[in-house]
Amino acid sequence: MTGRMSAANRASDPDMSLAPQTARNQPPLAEADRRLLAAIQDGLPLVARPFAEIGARIGLAEAEVITRLEHLKQAGIIRRFGVVVRHHEVGYGANAMVVWDVPDEQVRELGRCLAEFDFITLCYRRPRHLPQWRYNLYCMIHGKSREDVHAHLEWMVNHCGLQSLPHEVLFSRRRFKQRGAAYFIEPPVAGEAREG
Amino acid sequence: MDALDRAIINNLQGGFPVCDEPYREVAGRLGTSAEELMRRLDVLLENGTLSRFGPMYHAERLGGGLTLAAMQIPTDDFERVAEIVNAFPEVAHNYAREHALNMWFVLATETPERIDQVIAAIERDTGYTVHNMPKREEFFVGLRFEA
Repeated sequence: MTGRMSAANRASDPDMSLAPQTARNQPPLAEADRRLLAAIQDGLPLVARPFAEIGARIGLAEAEVITRLEHLKQAGIIRRFGVVVRHHEVGYGANAMVVWDVPDEQVRELGRCLAEFDFITLCYRRPRHLPQWRYNLYCMIHGKSREDVHAHLEWMVNHCGLQSLPHEVLFSRRRFKQRGAAYFIEPPVAGEAREG
Repeated sequence: MDALDRAIINNLQGGFPVCDEPYREVAGRLGTSAEELMRRLDVLLENGTLSRFGPMYHAERLGGGLTLAAMQIPTDDFERVAEIVNAFPEVAHNYAREHALNMWFVLATETPERIDQVIAAIERDTGYTVHNMPKREEFFVGLRFEA
């Protein structure tokens, strides 16, 4: 999932936690940057000089690919380069989305408290959907087992003083799809038909 | 998975260098060769330990849209709906969860406006309401799985 960020990137992104998604007006990306981001979104080629190969595909020199990527990283458009782990496959068999109903004025303080734990991988405030859905603070807990997740949760509740807050634990039963986000989607014929 | 696989995973979650010969640079850090590192990455991707190897984009800074959405689907209709939802290229991942709202998926789109269009298309194609739960505020965490 996007919205993920390594600790190392946190410092370069100090203001994001305050910015609602819709408030940002982005300058349009240069055409060459768009082509570059589209060319690498599915992954880097496993060849000795991957950026030369990417450049060859889109008509840019290796050095220009590297310069543009450095710039895109500095601008925070690329959060990080690296591997994305399927947590099940490395032994984190249990993941739960824990949702909390937190008074609006306490959300920020509690969100920051939860985000400190290393077993928490995402922590967001999201809108309530009353009456069906009262929860406004979400966090993802990963553990090696459900017992592990529950133990983490108990620790968090005590540490952050959450005993009185309504919450629910939504374990995942099945993962249907985990391929990461694709931001550059060539409109396929089938997609257009679906939209029609 | 052996010690080198684990070292590769733990080392490359944090970052991959952007330079002429990045595999060689990482391999040097890990005490192996560029060829072996590429071969290992290929296997880890092939066997599903890694879902991808490449850039993670910042949807909003890219000018794109990103949201979490949830649906309540009767058990006997779940498979049919999951198939329809997963067929949308904008659905980045989709989990069945234990709750009345039992299907949770992430949408990533090229533009923010497109989120609403995709949600409307999913509602139309499945016949069920989609609850849009966009991020309002993010509290930062490190994302690392020790392998």
